[in-house]
Amino acid sequence: MRSNPAEFEWAAPATLEEAVKVLAGDPDAWLPIAGGTDLMVQFAAGTLERRRFLNIWNLGELRRIDGFPGELQVGAGSTYTDLRENDIITREFPLLGRTASWTGGIANQNRGTLGGNVANASPAADSLPALMVYGADLILTSTRGDRRVRYEDFHTGYKRMNLAPDELIRTICLPRRFSGYISYARKIGTRKAQAIAKVCIAAVGRLAKDSTQLMLEDVRIAVGSVAPVPLRLRNAEQLLNRRPLDEARVELACKAAAAEIQPISDLRSTAKYRAQIVNNLVREFLDTLAARERER
Amino acid sequence: MMSHSLKSNLGEKIVGKPTPRKEGPGKVTGEARYIDDLSFPDMLYGATVRSQIARGMLKKITFRPDVPWSEFVVVSVPDIPGKNYIALIENDQPCLAEKVVNHPEEPILLLAHPDRYMLPNAVAAVSIEYEPLPALFSIEESERKSEIIWGQDNVFKSYQIEKGDVDAIWAKADYIVEGEYSTGAQEQLYIETQGVIATYDCEQGVTVWGSMQCPYYVHKALMVVCDLPEDKVRVVQTETGGAFGGKEEYPSMIAAHAALLARKSGRPVKIVYDRAEDMAATTKRHPSRTRHRTALTKDGKILGGEIEFVIDGGAYQTLSPVVLSRGTIHAGGPYHWPAVRIIAKALATNAPPHGAFRGFGAPQSLFAMERHMDRIARTVKVSPAEIRRRNFLKPGQTTITEQTISEPIDLEKLLDRALVLSDYESKKSRFRQQGKNGKRKGGLGIAAFLHGAGFTGSGERYLSSVVGIEGQPNGGVRVLVSSTEFGQGTNTVLCQIAAEALGLEYGDVAIAQPDTAQVPNSGPTVASRTAMVVGKLLESAALGLKQTLIRAGMLGEPYAAEEFRCACRAYMERYGELRSLARYEQPDGIHWDDQKYRGAAYAAFAWAVYVAEVSVDLTAYSVSVDDFVALQEVGRVINPVLARGQVLGGVAQGIGFALYEKVEWRHGRMQNSQMTNYIVPTSADVPPIRVYFEEIANQHGAFGAKGIGELPMDGPAPAIVNAVEDALGIPFNSIPLMPEEICEALTAAAGPPSAGHSFSGVR
Repeated sequence: MRSNPAEFEWAAPATLEEAVKVLAGDPDAWLPIAGGTDLMVQFAAGTLERRRFLNIWNLGELRRIDGFPGELQVGAGSTYTDLRENDIITREFPLLGRTASWTGGIANQNRGTLGGNVANASPAADSLPALMVYGADLILTSTRGDRRVRYEDFHTGYKRMNLAPDELIRTICLPRRFSGYISYARKIGTRKAQAIAKVCIAAVGRLAKDSTQLMLEDVRIAVGSVAPVPLRLRNAEQLLNRRPLDEARVELACKAAAAEIQPISDLRSTAKYRAQIVNNLVREFLDTLAARERER
Repeated sequence: MMSHSLKSNLGEKIVGKPTPRKEGPGKVTGEARYIDDLSFPDMLYGATVRSQIARGMLKKITFRPDVPWSEFVVVSVPDIPGKNYIALIENDQPCLAEKVVNHPEEPILLLAHPDRYMLPNAVAAVSIEYEPLPALFSIEESERKSEIIWGQDNVFKSYQIEKGDVDAIWAKADYIVEGEYSTGAQEQLYIETQGVIATYDCEQGVTVWGSMQCPYYVHKALMVVCDLPEDKVRVVQTETGGAFGGKEEYPSMIAAHAALLARKSGRPVKIVYDRAEDMAATTKRHPSRTRHRTALTKDGKILGGEIEFVIDGGAYQTLSPVVLSRGTIHAGGPYHWPAVRIIAKALATNAPPHGAFRGFGAPQSLFAMERHMDRIARTVKVSPAEIRRRNFLKPGQTTITEQTISEPIDLEKLLDRALVLSDYESKKSRFRQQGKNGKRKGGLGIAAFLHGAGFTGSGERYLSSVVGIEGQPNGGVRVLVSSTEFGQGTNTVLCQIAAEALGLEYGDVAIAQPDTAQVPNSGPTVASRTAMVVGKLLESAALGLKQTLIRAGMLGEPYAAEEFRCACRAYMERYGELRSLARYEQPDGIHWDDQKYRGAAYAAFAWAVYVAEVSVDLTAYSVSVDDFVALQEVGRVINPVLARGQVLGGVAQGIGFALYEKVEWRHGRMQNSQMTNYIVPTSADVPPIRVYFEEIANQHGAFGAKGIGELPMDGPAPAIVNAVEDALGIPFNSIPLMPEEICEALTAAAGPPSAGHSFSGVR
């Protein structure tokens, strides 16, 4: 271990209210820590700059999942295991349960939290594309009060986000309007499990009968690990929505996707491979849509 | 399946049975103490200041003033009482760099402090100024000799093997097939990182406890660095959490460092590397490049050929000559070469020295041989199975070193059985029918190979190992060897052999902790030699013990175990000690010429045919190994559970070597020295591995045993890459084979962007 524990301070407030107060006292010094599944890796490697941990693990207000008529509210402290075990998520937001099952192993899933994953802002995070396609909102909280923002606009650059230093993520809100959608997600990692994504994708959509033919509706595609932030493929979506699903459309959508992503070469993969994989996965998603339709 | 020669041994009661591991209960209950579980009063923790550049002159060392240096012990070259090198073969590797550094992880200074958490900052606070020198980072750069970084020509060692008249074959050839193949570095990734504790005392000298394979290698290195006589150096192996060759030579370095800090501070010093330091600074498998040029008849029989085998040794010679030797001797595979010329070289580069890793050069040259066999098959237009069948070595023929095969090995039968077990033909036709459509493509690959057990050539004669066994007050016995347990089963297998030889119960036999003050030098625990060579010596020592009791008139044959125990107790009561030693003697008929590299290279070979089934995902370009048949002839299987475990682990490690484990080098330094980015297969990436044995008793091994530890590392990589070629029709000749390369090849073949599977639309 390359960090010296003696150089670190640890505050463990009992409530969320106390936690935001502590944070407000010296916002730039504190590093909120929930499951710590990423921070502890950095701690061991000796690469953390901040020296004060604010423990928000297992705060009751953050670790709850509430189903309201129009919206599912997921507390930011909910673990991947909590997500996997929740019935509403399994039924209405299957991509979230599935992507949660991809992160780390059982131990990581018992510790890692959805809010932590959002705030950690890794472009390779498995669950974030799912939040994008489900049109999530975030409720952020501080001593100044709560504010609600669109998740899609939350990440503003590599590890930069629309979160003030004194704010914590309180809730992830998911509109309950995706039943009947066909969903697709895939992670291309460095191996079959316990891996970081080279590319990950989450997508939903519907096929609806127009007067004569099947048209794509409300297609939503988001990808990870191919840009500084998790990315919604807006241009590709636009080319697909309210259009018939045929080879020419697929071709156009893939070209648009290729223009939207900004993949890089790093220790895990190459830019060229990532671009080709996005192309293949968008195709595979559209193929899945078509296949599901054929099954009906 | 048993061969005839084993029938006489079937009366064995303990050998051949799955006796439980001797150290198993301690490991399961947590009672086993690994080095980092141990602590001594007043102990300090040590750390290493390493070079930051690949090659250069050391100019100036400064200590940043914000660190309380007075609390630290600092060791540099002038603190070395003996010679500043780690004794091995050439003695070219310094214990601490003095004027120059030759790789980017080279130790320069050592620090120690009572608080281990104070060390990382202090290491970072030592700043070193260099005058950089041009460095070499690949086999090709080293070959070009734009810089001479070692000796006269950057060559650590070279060998040439000549059999028959190679120059005469080309004119007779119907086909000449050429190919180039390469393999990458691979990290051993034992679970327990390198670690030792050293104490120093003017009276007693130096004592080192640690995680290691070869206590007597460490013993020898400490005598040189500390300038101490044999009896003032003691080395004790503690419970060792995996090694795979990675703890063959490196423990000498870390032990020397801890000893120097202990000597200067007068206190015990522990050094345990964290994962990142362990991966970056310690040895890895040698990267390799092999070129084949083979002459064949029209029906695909080998007339002869030339093989050039080159390995990247890193910055110092260390074990490269021996790794090169094994790789060279295995370069022809299990085939009959009427004529062959092999030119082999180990070259210097400015990376940390590469070292021992399970297989020791053979996985590299056998990867090339077995990929080349598939290339030959394609050229001659016969099946991969048939091309091997036509060229297999047969009893009475000679290997590339002109060693006559005298055992009744039938490789064709081995191949036939592997094909049946893997359901080869019917799977093959199923894959053919699948044709071009679908999102996955299946393929099958074969690798046939051999692995020599024990030290090469005269190695065992030079080692002259000694093995002991002694009576215990309770009437049982205790095995005395420096052979170490690191997960592979040494303790269990040796106790089985002793119990069987003496007609005792397994529980009557204990094994001493390897401690150079207590056990004789039975040689290093390497080269798949323990069950075969050390086991055979133990068998002799045990028989000697029995003879002592018989000659003393205390025991008559036949006897029951209880009679032996009574006799042993009685003897010890009367004489105080009951002990028997056996020393290695070269068996008759084993001759080796070190100059010409000719003769009996190994006392025994193990033989194997592996079949891999893969599928390639055409969306992700990833290879999945879906089924694996591992069939091998390893002589007598002493413990079937442990033997199977060796094969399972070796195949898993081979899958990593083939498809996952890629060291990302930058200026000689490993960039991905973390388990998040150095990718080894998990259980999800490893298929059911179906393990089968054939047993032909080996007269040179205990109860007929041969070596088994390294063999299973040799075959998986070529079998898998052969299977990928079978699936895709594209030859890949370099490992690790990553999805990025498959993507590159497939998209190049399919033309621009919109490759992948074609869209099927809505009907």
